[in-house]
Amino acid sequence: MDVVMLSRLQFAAATMFHFLFVPLTLGLSVIIAYMETKYVKTGDEVYLRMTKFWGKLFLINFALGIVTGITLEFQFGTNWSRYSAYVGDIFGSLLAIEATAAFFLESTFIGIWVFGWKKLSAKAHAAVMWVVAGAGNMSAIWILTANGWMQHPVGYTIRNGRAELTDFAAVVFNKFAILEFFHMIPAAFILGAFFVMGISAYHLLKKQHIDLFTRSFRIALVFGLVFSIFIVIEGDMHGVHVAETQPAKLAAMEAHWETGTRAPIILFAIPDEENERNRIEIGKIPGILSFLGYHDFNAEVRGLKDFPREERPPVLITLFSFRTMVALGTLFPLLTIIGWFRRNRLMESPLYLKIMVWAIPLPYIAIELGWVLAEVGRQPWIVYGLMKTSDAASPVAGTQVLFSLIGFFLVYGLLGAAGFYLMAKNAKAGPGKAPAESVTMKMDESPEVVSG
Amino acid sequence: MVLQSIWFFLWGLLWALFFMTDGFDFGVGTLYPFLGKTDYDKRVMINSIGPFWDGNEVWLITAGGVTFAAFPLVYAVMFSSLYSALMLILFALILRGVAFEFRGHVDDPRWRKVWDVCIFVGSFTPALLFGVAFANIFQGIPFDRQGVYHGTLLTLLNPYGLLGGVFFLCLFLVHGALWLTVKTEGDLHERSVSAAGKLWGVLLLVAVSFLIASAYSTRLYDNYVAHPVLFSVILITVAALVGVRVYLAKGAFFKAWLASALTIVGSIFFGIIGLFPALFPSSIKAKYSLTAFNASSSPLTLKIMLIVVILFIPIVVAYQIWTYHLFKGKVMEEDLEY
Repeated sequence: MDVVMLSRLQFAAATMFHFLFVPLTLGLSVIIAYMETKYVKTGDEVYLRMTKFWGKLFLINFALGIVTGITLEFQFGTNWSRYSAYVGDIFGSLLAIEATAAFFLESTFIGIWVFGWKKLSAKAHAAVMWVVAGAGNMSAIWILTANGWMQHPVGYTIRNGRAELTDFAAVVFNKFAILEFFHMIPAAFILGAFFVMGISAYHLLKKQHIDLFTRSFRIALVFGLVFSIFIVIEGDMHGVHVAETQPAKLAAMEAHWETGTRAPIILFAIPDEENERNRIEIGKIPGILSFLGYHDFNAEVRGLKDFPREERPPVLITLFSFRTMVALGTLFPLLTIIGWFRRNRLMESPLYLKIMVWAIPLPYIAIELGWVLAEVGRQPWIVYGLMKTSDAASPVAGTQVLFSLIGFFLVYGLLGAAGFYLMAKNAKAGPGKAPAESVTMKMDESPEVVSG
Repeated sequence: MVLQSIWFFLWGLLWALFFMTDGFDFGVGTLYPFLGKTDYDKRVMINSIGPFWDGNEVWLITAGGVTFAAFPLVYAVMFSSLYSALMLILFALILRGVAFEFRGHVDDPRWRKVWDVCIFVGSFTPALLFGVAFANIFQGIPFDRQGVYHGTLLTLLNPYGLLGGVFFLCLFLVHGALWLTVKTEGDLHERSVSAAGKLWGVLLLVAVSFLIASAYSTRLYDNYVAHPVLFSVILITVAALVGVRVYLAKGAFFKAWLASALTIVGSIFFGIIGLFPALFPSSIKAKYSLTAFNASSSPLTLKIMLIVVILFIPIVVAYQIWTYHLFKGKVMEEDLEY
C-alpha cells in the first residue's frame, strides 16, 4: 500500500478511536454538572453519590479521550504535511485557538474537579464541572469550525501557492460548520443520555440502588428526549445544506446516478460503481430526494454520472453509513418518547429497561457513521473542491507509516480493552453501598480512588 | 518583519513554558520506580503531579498548534521529518496519561505493575526524545528544498543529538526531584533531596558539555558573537542553575524549584536565540532553512493569532497559577486513604 492509503487508514483509525470517547465526554459532563448542581441546591446526598458514580465513569472515558486527541493534532504534520503547508494559514489557527481558548480550560479544571473535593466549597466544586463541560463543548466549536472549513472552504484566497485567510468572520460563521456543530453536540448529548439510561436500566433490572438510578434515568431521559427530537429537525437542515454545497456527497448518500427532476429516494440499494448503476433497488419513491434536498418535489438533483469518475466519493460506504445513521436517528426519539410515558413506572417496564441496556451502543454506531459519512463522502477531496486527499500526504517512507500504523493498532487495541474492562467493571459495581456516610464519603472523596 | 519576529519568540516561549511545566512531571515519572520504594510512596508521587500534569501537557498542544498556525511550513516539514521520533513520543504520552487514571482501579499488584512501567516509559521517552529532537534542530536537519527529509530515526541519534537528549533528561530529573522535595514528607522527602543533589551534579556536567559541544556542532553562537549582550541569557541561565544548588542546600525547596524552572526556560532560549531567524535549519543547504520570514503565515493570520494569544495566554497562566496555589503544600496521608 502507498503512503496515502496507509496515512488515511491511520488517520481514520486514530480519529474513530478518539471519537469513541469525545461524545461521552461532551454529553456526560453536562449531565454530571447538572447532577452536582442538584446536590448543591437540594443538599440531597443521593445526588452527590450519583455525581461521584457517573464521575468515575466519566474520568476513565475522559483520560482515553484526552490522550487519543493529542496524536490527532500532530498527525496533520507527520502524515499530511502537504495539506498542513497548504491550509495551515486557516486550519492551523483554528486548532491553535481551540487549544488556547478551550482545551487548556478543560484540562486544567478537570484536575481541580478530581482533586478539589476537599479544597473547594460544594458550590465552587459544582461550578468547576460546569467549566469543564462548557470548555469541552467550546473545544468542539473550534474543531468543527476547522472541519467545516474542509467541507466547505470560505474566507480565503489562493496566494503564494497556498490558501491564505482573507475573512476570519466568514470562517468562524461558516454555515456548514455551524450546522455541523448543532448536529454533533446534540448527537453527543443523546449518546451521553443513552449511556446513563442504559446503565441505570441495568441496575434497575437488578433492583439495586433504585432511587439513585431512577433519578439518573429521568435526568438523562429529558436530555435524550429533547436532543433526539431536535437532531431530526436539524438533520434535515443539514441535509439541505449538503445538497447545496456538496452535491456529489448527496448523490452518493442516495446512490443517485442520473441527473433529473422529481428525483426518487430508494429505500434499499446496492450500488455498482463500476457500471454506474444500482445492482439492486427496492422501494423507489419519486420526488422524495428532490424534496429532501431542496424542499421541492420537482427540483433537479444532480446524479453521480454528472461528476467525473475521479471526483465521486465511494458510494457504498457513503450510502450505508448515511442509511444506518438515519435509521438509528429515527429510533432514538421513539425510545425516549416511550420512556417519557413510562418514566413513573420504570420498575414495571422490564422489557423497556432491557431494550435500553442493549441500546447503549446504538448512539455510538450512529455518531461514528455520521463521521464516516462526513469524511468519506467528501472524498476524493481533503478540502472540498480545493485540494485532493492524494495530494495532501507527507513525503515520508511508507515503512515508517506502516510501523506507526501497527503501533496505533497495538496501543489502541490494548487501551480499548483495558478501558472497556474498567468501564464495565465500575458501571456494574454501582455507586457502592449506600450511607454509612463517613466510610463512603472518605472512599469517594479521596483522589486516590481515581488516580493512584 | 516585526510581526514575524514577535511570533518567532512567542513560538520559543510556548515551547519553553511546555518544558518548564510538563518537565517536572516527566521528571517525577522517570524517578518513579527509583524513589517510589513502597506502594504508598508511589501513590504520593502520582498525587504530587495529579492535579497538574494534564493542564501542563496542553502547553505541548498549544506549542504545536501555534507552530501550525504561525509557521505552517515549519509545522509540516518539522513533524514529517521527525516522524518516528514524534510517534514514539506520542505513544509514550498516551500510555502515561491513561496509566495515571487506570492504575488505582484494580487492586492487583500485576495490574499496577503494568501501569507503573507505563508511567516510567511514558515519562522517560519524551524527556529524552524531545532533547534529541531539539538538539538536532539546533545543529540542522538534513532536508531538501522540497522539505523532504533525507535520513531515518537513527540519523537523529548522533552524538550531539544524544547529548541534547541527556541534557533535557537531566533538566527534567532535577526539576522533578525538586518538585518531590516540595510535595513530600518523611523518607520519600529525604530521598528526593538526596536525589536532587546528586542529579544536580550530573546536570551541571552535562550542561557545561552541551554548551561547549554547541560551539562545535552548531552555529548557535553566531548570534551571540554578533550581539554580545545576548550572552547575558546564558549567564542568567547558569546563575539559575547555581541558584538551584544554593537554595537546595538552604532547604528552600520551592525556591530551588523556581530556579530550576528558570534554568529550563533559559536553556530553551539559549537555543532559540541562537537559531534566530531559523526555526528549522537545513543541514544540507542553509538556503533551504525554514525561517520566521520565509515560512510564516499571512500577516492577517499572524495578527489574529497574536490577539488570541495576548488575550488568552495571560488568562491561562492566571488560572494555572491559581490551581498550583489551590493544591499547594505537601501531599497528605489523609489524601491517600481508601
